Amino acid sequence: MPSPAASHHSSVNRQAGQPRFQAAVIGCSAGGLEALKIVLGALPPNLDIAVIVVAHTAHDGDHLLPSLLGNICKLPVSEARERDPVEPGRIYVAPPNYHLLIEPNRGFALSVDERVCFVRPSIDVLFCSAADAYREQLIGLILTGANQDGALGLKAVKDAGGYTLAQDPSTAYADTMPKAAIETGAVDRVLPLDALAADILRACTLSVES
Amino acid sequence: MMDHAKIQEIEISLFLQALFLRHGYDFRDYAKASLKRRVLNIASAAKVDSVAELIPRLLHDRDYLAEVLAELSVPVTEMFRDPTVFKALRHTVLPRLATYPRFNIWQAGCATGEEVYSLAIMLEEEGLLDRAQIYATDINDNALQSAEDGIFPLRCLEEYQRNYQAAGGKAKFSDYYLANAGFFRIHERFRKKIVFAHHNLVSDGVFCEVQLILCRNVLIYFNNDLQRHVLKLFHDSLVRGGFLCLGTRESLRAVEAEKLFIPVNRDMMIFHKNGEAP
Repeated sequence: MPSPAASHHSSVNRQAGQPRFQAAVIGCSAGGLEALKIVLGALPPNLDIAVIVVAHTAHDGDHLLPSLLGNICKLPVSEARERDPVEPGRIYVAPPNYHLLIEPNRGFALSVDERVCFVRPSIDVLFCSAADAYREQLIGLILTGANQDGALGLKAVKDAGGYTLAQDPSTAYADTMPKAAIETGAVDRVLPLDALAADILRACTLSVES
Repeated sequence: MMDHAKIQEIEISLFLQALFLRHGYDFRDYAKASLKRRVLNIASAAKVDSVAELIPRLLHDRDYLAEVLAELSVPVTEMFRDPTVFKALRHTVLPRLATYPRFNIWQAGCATGEEVYSLAIMLEEEGLLDRAQIYATDINDNALQSAEDGIFPLRCLEEYQRNYQAAGGKAKFSDYYLANAGFFRIHERFRKKIVFAHHNLVSDGVFCEVQLILCRNVLIYFNNDLQRHVLKLFHDSLVRGGFLCLGTRESLRAVEAEKLFIPVNRDMMIFHKNGEAP
């Protein structure tokens, strides 16, 4: 069995000037669209990591999410397509009613497995698989939401050596999800909604210079 | 030092090897990320600390296989899932089937049967059920048994009714089942048109000649090699101009499938066998 791509990119082997982070995963639920607009809309067009989003949306308009976000983002936004390689400088959104996963070769995979925390797509499913694929090269962010999904996933990101963020619950439309993430003890930084994009950018920039 | 994730990867690989060598079920060419999740679910259900601890049980406890297969083969489906696909089948494919005096349909990976009953209902509404022979196959015998019983939880009924209407249903959904305490049962006349059978897409060959294959959201679990293998199997199973319907978000880009299939309706992932007119 070939070793996963991640093992070729461990921090030990990382060369000077090579960015530490390759991807960011973002999860949100209730109130998520507004939060995503603020975070994703503030990311610059030259960002060189991939941004992968799971948003719980309970209605049939789910497939509109890429175009809703595409209108306000400087990076191209599209629905994640099964088997496509994850590319930097793009924002990907999970398709409605499928779990979105990252394979060890850093390509997208879908599943119709049971709902997790009553939802599909599940943030935990994306985050856990992305943590396996990217190890310490991953940023995880939990935004507003009214359930517990994402807490386990964010802990997996942290356990693999990644950088973890949560929206300050007091700035969240629904605070259950960021609170649950914070309670795992796996969150590196808790920041208000309007400071998150700048921190992601800071982390990406610092990791190139150091 | 080797980290936990790497060791876990070795354990999962050994577990799959044991499953194959002991029981002949080969999951080694499944997509890794979702398979890992399911193997970890099995470990968690067995309350063991590591996947390796499952291996002795898999080797020595005969009854354990069914439990493992039930977890690995993901029997998750619903009636008239993606109603627009059923609508497209009704308008694009069923008129072609109507040109045959008798025809065969194969649903591969039927899980607990919701989709194959949806199809049977649609065939009846188009006046084609009497001419149809439907085969529904899966590797999960527990799921097949449920499918054959045709009994589904009542709590799903409202959603299925909505799907049925969105799929262009021509009657009342309640014409097709009998409701009971907590369950509803699909009418006998549909059940007797369907042959439920054990078939493994990974290891078993062509078993009949069919005009239409439905295999939705099964190939997403396979790696490219296994996708290629299964698409070839479907190609060999279809008659001239036969139809294939896959899941709407599935990808055939990695496997040069255009040599085998040509899109009839790409959005709905309906194809016909290449090389002949539809």
